[in-house]
Amino acid sequence: MVIEYPFSRTTGPVIGAFLTGLREGVVVGIKGSDGRVLMPPTEYDPVTSESLNEMVEVGQTGQVTTWSWTEGRRYQPLDGRPFAWALIKLDGADTAMLHAVDVASPDQMSIGMRVRIRWRAEREGHIRDIECFEPEVGAS
Amino acid sequence: MRDVAIISFAQTKHARAITDANEVEMLMPVVREALDGAGVGMDRVGFTCSGSTDYLSGQAFSFVMTLDAVGPWPPIAESHVEMDGAWALYEAWVKLQMGEVDVALVYAYGKSSPGDVTEVLTRQLDPYFLAPLWPDTISLAGLQTRALLETGRVREADLAEVAARSRRDALSNPYALLARDDSPDALLAEPFIAEPMHKWDCPPITDGAAAVVIAAGDVARELSSRPAWVRGIDHRIESQGLGLRDLTTSASTRLAGEKAGVASAPVDFAELHAPFTAQELILRESLGLGDDVAINPSGGALAANPVMAAGLIRLGEAAARITRGEGNRAVAHATSGPLLQQNLVCVLEGE
Repeated sequence: MVIEYPFSRTTGPVIGAFLTGLREGVVVGIKGSDGRVLMPPTEYDPVTSESLNEMVEVGQTGQVTTWSWTEGRRYQPLDGRPFAWALIKLDGADTAMLHAVDVASPDQMSIGMRVRIRWRAEREGHIRDIECFEPEVGAS
Repeated sequence: MRDVAIISFAQTKHARAITDANEVEMLMPVVREALDGAGVGMDRVGFTCSGSTDYLSGQAFSFVMTLDAVGPWPPIAESHVEMDGAWALYEAWVKLQMGEVDVALVYAYGKSSPGDVTEVLTRQLDPYFLAPLWPDTISLAGLQTRALLETGRVREADLAEVAARSRRDALSNPYALLARDDSPDALLAEPFIAEPMHKWDCPPITDGAAAVVIAAGDVARELSSRPAWVRGIDHRIESQGLGLRDLTTSASTRLAGEKAGVASAPVDFAELHAPFTAQELILRESLGLGDDVAINPSGGALAANPVMAAGLIRLGEAAARITRGEGNRAVAHATSGPLLQQNLVCVLEGE
């Protein structure tokens, strides 16, 4: 038996724009009240609660701000292989997003390391259109 | 404002898995003990409020069934929060402020043993950016722990000290689950379970329940020889985006602490709901609690962490200690959501 939840919800002008961007292979954040670029974007400023609407495209490479190691579990990225969780600040963004970094061991992780997006070939407008991040080639 | 006090507290002997009692059976003796401790029956309770989560029991409106633990007939005035029981206590405190009832019963429970709580709690995360990645609680706590270590304000040995002290203090708490005398050095020698996390950075998976009776003004004085008065209580929340806040501090705890009046007089001891070692250090800093304040004399959530009850237990433990005369001014804290997203601070005092 399949238990279904027969409702759909719209993701709205901000989250929706972000997810649509992912489908196109583009990453967008949003300008906060203080001019910082929030990525992932929020509909309302996390400090002032003002409604936000100025979407900004950010880069597809960025920097690890903190990370933790995992042996990999069901449902998580990378199909049960070990990987690092990381908060990643994309170039042009002022806040960090959570995702997986595909490296073989914790020795290859460090705060400040450069990473880039590895896209899925088939994308549908979902956070997992980003398969994971990987170390940026040529970066030290 | 009406003076309101915690006048009675009871909890289960917490266990890794309570398999011989369902939620109702687990709650019944605890509710009975809390009511007996206050010397009241349900006929004097004007409001009942509970905290629990359907995501642990695996079915919708599960709290309705656990009302059997208090007996909903004759009809009672009742409410529930899908949050830690500390927020149920807050709702009951507001109810007493309205002046229509004088006594309230608050209870909370959680059985983590039937499933994988570190996975279940991914369901509380932001549904677009976080929950679809299924980041388990230990992995998330690792992000916060490493960020704190990176500031240089805290060393790994400080984290081990928190774990060792919590387990040692729990030796004098008959309800705690993880009570033992480990040296910080021995803990540091243990391997990572998920770098930077050691097993001892994490709380034990726990089944348990707790109940509290609160009462207003002269009713509290009538029912308790030494009520633990709520002198301030406040709760604040931050963004659901983990990268949108500074994980190495707790702005919401700081604000709640200011509103609750933590700093207006010296604090004898604090019960902080910190399920992970780094979180205790973050909370102490955010509440301005110095080294002279005894932290978690009960052993805290690192010694027993029944999800949805562990925050209420901090308020109950602090109040019981004041009622026993083992201190006169305490800070009790509860947290909810990922990585200290939402925080409640309560200042309790003896007369």
